[in-house]
Amino acid sequence: MVSAPDVHGKSADSVVNPMLPALYTIQRVKRETDDTFTLELVPESDRHKISFLPGQFIMVYVFGVGEVPLSISGDAAGTVLVHTIRAVGIVTRVMSRLRRGDKVGIRGPFGTAWPVQEAQGHDVVLIAGGIGLPPLRPVLYHVLSRREEFGKVVLLYGTRTPSDILFRDELEQWRARFDLEVHVTVDRAQSGWRGNVGVVTTLIHKSSFDPQKTIAMVCGPEAMMRFSALELQRRGVSTNSIYLSMERNMKCAIGLCGHCQFGPLFVCKDGPVFRYSHIKDLLVKWEI
Amino acid sequence: METLERILAEHPFFKDLSDPYLKLVTGCASNVRFEPDKFIFREGEEADQFYLIRQGRVALQVFLPDRGSITVETLEEGDILGWSWLIPPYHWHFDARALELTRAIALDGRCLRNKCEEDRSLGYELLKRFAHIMEDRLSSTRLQLLDLYGVRS
Repeated sequence: MVSAPDVHGKSADSVVNPMLPALYTIQRVKRETDDTFTLELVPESDRHKISFLPGQFIMVYVFGVGEVPLSISGDAAGTVLVHTIRAVGIVTRVMSRLRRGDKVGIRGPFGTAWPVQEAQGHDVVLIAGGIGLPPLRPVLYHVLSRREEFGKVVLLYGTRTPSDILFRDELEQWRARFDLEVHVTVDRAQSGWRGNVGVVTTLIHKSSFDPQKTIAMVCGPEAMMRFSALELQRRGVSTNSIYLSMERNMKCAIGLCGHCQFGPLFVCKDGPVFRYSHIKDLLVKWEI
Repeated sequence: METLERILAEHPFFKDLSDPYLKLVTGCASNVRFEPDKFIFREGEEADQFYLIRQGRVALQVFLPDRGSITVETLEEGDILGWSWLIPPYHWHFDARALELTRAIALDGRCLRNKCEEDRSLGYELLKRFAHIMEDRLSSTRLQLLDLYGVRS
């Protein structure tokens, strides 16, 4: 996890006022599944270009509707801002109807990042559940762009059904690589599906990595992350080497409003990426 | 048989099983292979074997008249397939179908049951090992039931 007080908005405006959105234009819309889509955004002006670290999030404002926190699913080294979004609420449903050329407001990036620097020289295990794959994709882009700096790299991805699988083409490309181990599983399938059926945690003991020198990054529904962390521990991975990306009701994104309070922490400011050892006791507290 | 014994000895399921027991288990073992799409067993049939999958992938399926065959779980290399041979009335509760060419070691459940009845220590050893698998599968099934990736209403 990288705490990033100085990456909150590389643009001049964001430094002055992190609550002020910058105007971005939708350059491309891609339909991923029935309810999930990807937006590629470019700034109206070069001075609003932002750089981000894998794992950070952006507040995206649909004018007249509302603002939502979105993880970034694109390459941190790229020139466009990429978000992969599931249409589940009012704002994201309206967002799913936006087209090329439409404008949105952007604030950020905010929050902590995946520990890609710390992972250098280690085996890297990425465990994604459902819409948890997009926030991990920037890590994979980073690792693959400097593949020789890492040990074994494993991607474990679980989702609901075969039709919910995101980034199919890329998954096929990744699976074809000799320097990357990719396992995909679904929770249920008709008989035509030839792949794995079962929860993503069942893939952990089938993967080849050295638990003593592994950094694991886990993203997905909270229960899935909890059980994945337990399974990683069973394999011998230290709780200090496991990272989770938490999701709460982020509003201000700068730790002022308190909507995303998580015990003594704010997910927007202290997270969303947390070291598991720091939050594992909080994860089982009902009151939080 | 030597090869089978070595394979069984190296498998985590039989880890630390004493040599006499391992020899006894090996006596109930044989190599089998299943072509893609072939059923290994069908729901309702007598459960008289279990399998240690050495290669390939197997789908555990249930047939629903209005939805066809639904795969509830897949098993692959290193996994153990089948425990109904151990529990009366010794009938399979699901279909098991090879999704690809699958090689396995089949263990004769009836033979092992008899040996377990004669030697309760062997029975306890095997039951402990199957209990561990059942616990893992039950935990996974509970997670599946939560439908974690579904949209919350």
